Amino acid sequence: MILPIVRTGLIALRRDRGALALSFILPIAFFTIFAVIFGGRRDTTPKVSVLVVDEDHSSASQRLIQGLEREGSLSVKKRPASKQGAEQPDYTAATAEGAVKDGTAPVALIIPHGFGENPISFGAPNQNRPTIQLLKDSSDMVAPQVIAGLLQKVAMTSMPDIMAEQGSKYMDKYAGGFTPEQKKKIDAGLEELRKRTSAERGGQEAAPADSNRGMPIPVTTRDVVGENKNDPMVSFYAAAIGVMFLLFTASGAGGSLLDEAESGTLDRVLSSHVTMGTLLGGKLCYCVLLAFSQLVLMFTWAWLVFKVDFMSHIPGFVVMGLSTAFAVAAFGMLLASICSTRAQLGPLSTLVILIMSSVGGSMFPRFLMPEAMQKAGLLTINAWAIDGFTKVFWRDEPVSHLWPQVLVLLGVGVVLFAIARRLARRWEYS
Amino acid sequence: MASAPVVSIPSSLLLPLRVEGLVKRFGELTAVDGITLELKSGECLGLLGPNGAGKSTLIRSIVGRVIPDAGTVTVFGDRADSAGARMALGWVPQDLALYPKLTCRENLEAFGQYHGLRRADLKTAVAWCLDWAALTDRAHEPVKNLSGGMKRRLNMAAGLIHRPKVMLMDEPTVGVDPQARNRIFEMIEKLRGEGISMIYTTHYMEEAERLCDRIAIIDHGRIIALGTKDELVQNAFASRSEVLARFANADDSVAAWVKERGGILENGIARFTIDHATEIAGLLESAAKAGHELADISLRKPNLESVFLHLTGRELRD
Repeated sequence: MILPIVRTGLIALRRDRGALALSFILPIAFFTIFAVIFGGRRDTTPKVSVLVVDEDHSSASQRLIQGLEREGSLSVKKRPASKQGAEQPDYTAATAEGAVKDGTAPVALIIPHGFGENPISFGAPNQNRPTIQLLKDSSDMVAPQVIAGLLQKVAMTSMPDIMAEQGSKYMDKYAGGFTPEQKKKIDAGLEELRKRTSAERGGQEAAPADSNRGMPIPVTTRDVVGENKNDPMVSFYAAAIGVMFLLFTASGAGGSLLDEAESGTLDRVLSSHVTMGTLLGGKLCYCVLLAFSQLVLMFTWAWLVFKVDFMSHIPGFVVMGLSTAFAVAAFGMLLASICSTRAQLGPLSTLVILIMSSVGGSMFPRFLMPEAMQKAGLLTINAWAIDGFTKVFWRDEPVSHLWPQVLVLLGVGVVLFAIARRLARRWEYS
Repeated sequence: MASAPVVSIPSSLLLPLRVEGLVKRFGELTAVDGITLELKSGECLGLLGPNGAGKSTLIRSIVGRVIPDAGTVTVFGDRADSAGARMALGWVPQDLALYPKLTCRENLEAFGQYHGLRRADLKTAVAWCLDWAALTDRAHEPVKNLSGGMKRRLNMAAGLIHRPKVMLMDEPTVGVDPQARNRIFEMIEKLRGEGISMIYTTHYMEEAERLCDRIAIIDHGRIIALGTKDELVQNAFASRSEVLARFANADDSVAAWVKERGGILENGIARFTIDHATEIAGLLESAAKAGHELADISLRKPNLESVFLHLTGRELRD
């Protein structure tokens, strides 16, 4: 008796293409996407971009930069890419800060004047000694940590002579020949080190911007993007999750067309003064309104509960919100017009939306993905919408800077709607 | 040479509906095969035929939802897909073409707006439709909560919201109980009283007999007979009567015997047409001689179902 039941189930599954896709294609697609993102292949591991400003122009600073350039995991840039064949001037502290703010790179290192005179030191920081500034965009939580660690490593490997010189200085200063007195001094020094380590363990938040204290190269870290924001990732996820659910909402709303076609209501509507173009236009407007309302709710919640600065970004939010809502609404119309029945729409929309969301950065930030995946993400509505919202809420960019994202989203919306209109001709007449 | 004066005919004098040589094919299947008919003012014309006969395709062609392969449809002289025709035509589809989550009033308002009604006109039309369909007290009830009969009534009302002059009713009583059906008949009779012209499709003979002035019997996409009920019966049977005989065991030998006697055997019941009631005796005698045991026998005047069976050799509900 069990065999016929199994057989019936298998036959039903074989004839339900949606269920087949959800059962076998979606898991494979998801596995592949996340395997690629989380480092299945070494050669796709993304390089961390770092902008370097050499204000010192000393032998030590140049050796440090050369050492950084030799690091395979870093992409060191001293000047912006050439424009129309013309070389651009080296970054300055100001232009590098601007570049981090606009998202060109997540980190900039400023090597200050006087660095070469005393590049490496041990022990407590010396206020008279210039320290390297690390400017970071903390929406990328990984890159600043990578750079900070590699900077210390490079200091040790690219300047061994300076390291030895500094070491002997400290030996002379604190030890002086290992007499009983020296031993006492070493013990005292170790005791001090222990106390400092213990203090740092207990109160790391007290000096987060100077976490390289005690390292050979002293570094001062400063957020240049979102320095006054409560949580760098909340606004990102408000947009990321919001867009993903917008896509589901739009496909559901678009599916009302299929319900109406199946029930005969569509026929009745089209026998009145309403044309197919008017009907689709009306559905599109409804979807846009619904999607925009969802975004308003999402960001209002983020504002009330997570203190995202919503109120001072309303113009940018409206521009991005409407553009995104238009694109997802057209996407919903397209999905509905591709399918014949509501039952077909469910699995197809789940499949497409989950894949788009994973590649487009709704589930995992794109900047942490391999470069090829980041580029592939640009084929999705999610990526452009998230980039736009990040510009608004994270980078505080003016509305005029949103034009690439707005243009793409509106363009995608127009194209998808045009295709949907074309496909919907099958409902116009028999 | 002087040209002839152009005389414009007032729309009131034009035929509400004229279908001429209509053909619609779906691949190999010819759903409507050269149908020509006219609907007169204030008339209710019944389209009687079994499922798949082409009734709905004809209606959908008239309402502009199907593009015919040949032929023309005019409504008060206008092409069927013109704005004027759309305003003049009301359509009650066979399906419950309603928004299930909207209330009765909201459904009527939506369809009224689709037909261009606004403000006071819309309000008046909605109130009239609710009253006509006896749904005023359920106006705020979502459609999904209504009974089957109520849904059918609302489905009809939605087709009438713009107060059309010609109604196309495509099997409006499908799936409703006899009580609800009677209520629908009363609604239709009320419309007829207001002078609305109507095409009414059904495969229930009694509906066609009760509601329709003329009846077109349609089969395989063609009109095989058209006229009043009496005309149809007269044409098919003249003054003859029909004998219905049910056999205790309607096997192959019974079928052969019925055929030999010029009758038709359908679902165990043999039908014969006779000129005089006295011929029944001959039938009984012949059956007894052949050894076929009769369970029941009756004599009746032929009806539309008899006409259909006579013309097609099949029952109406096959």
